[in-house]
Amino acid sequence: MLRTRVIPVLLLRDESLVKTVRFGNFTYVGDPCNTLRIFNELEVDELLFLDITATRERRGPNLKVLSDIANECFMPLGYGGGVQTLDQAKSIFDIGFEKVAINSFAVERPEFISELAKHYGNQAVIASIDVKKGFFRKNLVRTRSGRSPTQLEPVAWAKELESRGAGEILLTSIDKEGTWDGFYLELVKSVTDAVNIPVIAHGGAGSIRDIAQVVQVSGASAVALGSMVVFQKKGMGVLVNFPDMQLLKRVLG
Amino acid sequence: MITIVDYGMGNLGSILNMFKRIGVKACVKSDLESIQSADKILLPGVGAFDAAMERIAASGLRDILEHKALIEQVPVLGICLGMQLLTRGSEEGKLLGLGWIDADTRRFPAHSGLKVPHMGWNIALPTNPSPLTINLGEEPRFYFVHSYFVTVDDPADSIMHTTHGVTFDSAVQKGNIFGAQFHPEKSHRFGMQLLKNFAEL
Repeated sequence: MLRTRVIPVLLLRDESLVKTVRFGNFTYVGDPCNTLRIFNELEVDELLFLDITATRERRGPNLKVLSDIANECFMPLGYGGGVQTLDQAKSIFDIGFEKVAINSFAVERPEFISELAKHYGNQAVIASIDVKKGFFRKNLVRTRSGRSPTQLEPVAWAKELESRGAGEILLTSIDKEGTWDGFYLELVKSVTDAVNIPVIAHGGAGSIRDIAQVVQVSGASAVALGSMVVFQKKGMGVLVNFPDMQLLKRVLG
Repeated sequence: MITIVDYGMGNLGSILNMFKRIGVKACVKSDLESIQSADKILLPGVGAFDAAMERIAASGLRDILEHKALIEQVPVLGICLGMQLLTRGSEEGKLLGLGWIDADTRRFPAHSGLKVPHMGWNIALPTNPSPLTINLGEEPRFYFVHSYFVTVDDPADSIMHTTHGVTFDSAVQKGNIFGAQFHPEKSHRFGMQLLKNFAEL
C-alpha cells in the first residue's frame, strides 16, 4: 500500500519563507534552510517550495536558494515559480529537485507541460491549479498568485493538463488557503473524479481530521499542509512542526 | 570510494549529497578510465529504458561495466532505472537490458484503479537476507517513482519486495550485483542506512 503523502508546502518570498491567508496577509516564517532542517529531522514525506513572487516579478527560479535547499534535504523535493523554459527545469532537476510545478505558464502555453513531460517524464511535472470562487459562486482558475482571473473551469483544465502529460495535480483553493477551515471537499472530489493522476489537495487544512476527510471523502492522493506545519495553532506564533506520524498513519490507514 | 556513473540520465546531486552526509567518499564520473579503475559502482538512472541503454552503448560504457561487474566482480548497485537496466529487458523499450540478473521489467497493469506511476512512500520488506538490507529496522519505507517494475525468475535473487497492486521485487541481489527500485537518496534514514550498507560491502 502506498502511503498517502502529507506534504508541507513552503512559500518563498525574497529568499525567506512566508505564509499567506487566501494568497495575501504575509507572515514571515523563517529562513528556508533552518526550517527544512527541522523537516528533515521530522522525516516528512516530501517538500514542495513555491516561489510566490517569481512570475509576478518576471524572473526565473532563484537557483542559489534552491541549491542550498537541495543540499540539506533527503526527501523528494518539488519547486514551482517562474519556470518557463526547459533549461530552467533542467537546472532545477540538476540541483536535486525531482519535480517542477507549473501554474501560470501552463495557462499561457499549455504545450510546455507536454514538452516537460516528454523530456523529464510525467512524474517530474506537477500541474498547479489555483481556484477561486467567482460570480455566482462559480469555481474558476486563477494565475499569477491568484491575481489574474481566467475563464478556465478547474475540472476541464485538470483533464487537459493530464492529457498533456502532467504527472500530478496540485489543487489549491484560494478561498481556503491559510484559513484552517478544512479543505474545499467538493472541489477536490470533482477533480479527483475526473482525472487518473494523483491530486494533491491544498488549502484549508487545520486538523488531522481535515486531512483524513479530504483523502477519504474527496479521494485526494496526497495532502499539502501550509499553516498547520509552520504555526503553533491558528492565530498563534511560528512553530515548525508536523502532525504525529503514528496518528496520521492511523487516520489514513 | 564509490564511483557514480554519469551517463546523462537523471540528477546525481542528491546521491552525492547523501553520501557526503553519511561520510562516504563518492565521486561522479563519466570518463571510461575512471570507471575502469572504480572499486565500487553505483548505476543511477531516471528516464526511459531505451534512451539509457543507447547512451550506455554509445559511450562505450557497456563493455567496461560488463567487465567490472561480471569479471572483476566489484559491487554494483543499480538504482531505479539503473536496477531495471540489470534485467533482460523492459516492456518500456525494445532494446535488451544488461541481463546481469535473470529478471524482466514490466509495466504496472492499467486496470485495478491503481495510480501509475507508483509514486510515493511505500514499505519494502526484506525477503532473502542481504548485506544491503541490514539494520533497516522495522517496516523500512522508501520513496518510489516508477511505472515499470521488476520480477526475478529465481526467488533467491530477490532481497526486498513491495506491493502496489502487484507484489514486485523492490531490491535484488545476485552475488556482487545489487539493485534497488526506490530512491535511497530521497528516503531519509532508511536510504542512508542502505547506502551505508553498500559502502561497507
